[in-house]
Amino acid sequence: MKVLVAVKRTLDPYVKVRVKQDQSGVDLSAAKMAMNPFCEIAVEEAVRLKEKGVATELVAVSIGSDKVQDQLRAAMALGIDRSIHVQADDELESLNVAKLLRAVVQQENPGLILLGKQAIDSDNNQVGQMLAALCGLPQATFASSITLRDGWAEVAREVDSGEQVLSVQLPAVITTDLRLNEPRYAKLPEIMKAKKKPIATFTPAQLGVTLRQHLKVLSVAEPPPRKAGVKVASVAELVDRLKNDAKVLA
Amino acid sequence: MNILIIAEHDNVSLKAATRHLVKAAAAFSGTVEVLVAGAACQGVAQAASRLEGVSRVLLAEHDCYAQQVAEAVAPLVVALMGSRQVLLAAATTTGKNVLPRVAALLDVAQLSEIVAIRDSRTFVRPNYAGNVLVTVESLDPCIVATVRTSAFEAVGEQQSAAPIDHLDASHPQTQSRFISASTLQSARPELTAARVVVSGGRGLGSAENFRLLDGLADKLGAAIGASRAAVDAGYIGNDHQVGQTGKVVAPELYLAIGISGAIQHLAGMKDSKVIVAINKDPEAPIFQVADYGLVADLFSAIPALEAAL
Repeated sequence: MKVLVAVKRTLDPYVKVRVKQDQSGVDLSAAKMAMNPFCEIAVEEAVRLKEKGVATELVAVSIGSDKVQDQLRAAMALGIDRSIHVQADDELESLNVAKLLRAVVQQENPGLILLGKQAIDSDNNQVGQMLAALCGLPQATFASSITLRDGWAEVAREVDSGEQVLSVQLPAVITTDLRLNEPRYAKLPEIMKAKKKPIATFTPAQLGVTLRQHLKVLSVAEPPPRKAGVKVASVAELVDRLKNDAKVLA
Repeated sequence: MNILIIAEHDNVSLKAATRHLVKAAAAFSGTVEVLVAGAACQGVAQAASRLEGVSRVLLAEHDCYAQQVAEAVAPLVVALMGSRQVLLAAATTTGKNVLPRVAALLDVAQLSEIVAIRDSRTFVRPNYAGNVLVTVESLDPCIVATVRTSAFEAVGEQQSAAPIDHLDASHPQTQSRFISASTLQSARPELTAARVVVSGGRGLGSAENFRLLDGLADKLGAAIGASRAAVDAGYIGNDHQVGQTGKVVAPELYLAIGISGAIQHLAGMKDSKVIVAINKDPEAPIFQVADYGLVADLFSAIPALEAAL
């Protein structure tokens, strides 16, 4: 079975976010970039499926400027066999991303599509669900375990009330949550080998997709900072403050 | 303008999130209808009909909606959006699962976790775990948005209940089968709706020690939350996780106990009205957002606090 994994290039999660002075966006000009952490989990899961003999071929896809090829190389160093790069702006809307991914799905016919549940930059949590809708496929979002059996995927989902287990018919779209696995680090020989693995490049036009703008960003700003608080010396002082200053305790 | 809200419920009770959604819907002027999709959920529909500002409840009862799987609920909602211009759901795992699927089928964008409504097309939403607020205008013919319910107040009850329309709809599907769900029963308030939240972190050291928070929560009538570190360490279930990928809360009082204050955790609680941090490390980042900080050993502070209340 072929597994398709979508990968997004985002700001490194350990780097401080800086807003541009003109409030037009986040300043990424000199920032350290990385693979979105949830996408790393999706890549890891795909690699484990191949190690178990369940998956036979792993294909990664990323959408953006030529720089996303860094993340595709990183995915291939972890065990992805080949990659697809769709050339586009770095900040595409989710629906446009989903339409481009649908075209890749139609071209590749994977048995399973894995995505991170959300990207840590836009925090949208949309693309997997939109892709499933556009392809008419079932979806299992926020996965914390995946078991493939007889053409179905049994997926434990992290939901607000605890855990829900669904079984979805393959091909299906599954989005990964934090507890699905712990991604490995790439080894140097694998990083060297990944440089020789193929990346096919397409434009949206070549995929037959017309991008459309649905949203207009008016401003990007930092939230007002919280006022610095006070240190209290004892539990008694804390209770007194909560009762008499903050008035949140009766 | 016609506004459709997807009720948050478990077939038995209407969740408090719905009250906040109705408040958000009031920012658009128009009729507010609440869709209750489920199985044997009459009581939920009745509760929804009493929410202040609700004009009508649409009740879709069928086995195919029992677990509110996206493959069944999305086509139901899409069919209803023909004559409505705004669709709102709570930014819960249910809303986040269904709404992008609806938006894609409608060929419109979806706005995630809106925290403010500037006008009927302009919204504010967080990016980068709440480190950035983006003001965005929709160019689409209809608005499809999940709402961060902690950013909106809850509506009360209205004098006379709104009418309940029974929809003769069903979308049976064979692609997705429900296997099981954990049923967690707790006498405590819902985490996202509680007036007080007591949260614990890795500083508690073990699942057994984490139970020390129970007595404190009982005294305060509080819900219990946790940092991702505490959940990953197995001290408590993931349904208690507060943070960027867990639940976002904004109670009147938030007590962070043994929580260092990683940015992912702050994203889930920094809009709380009053934040108290108890940690033995005076340099812990949680103190930067705390209104009241107590540098103390939590194993002596927790019982002392419980006794003082």
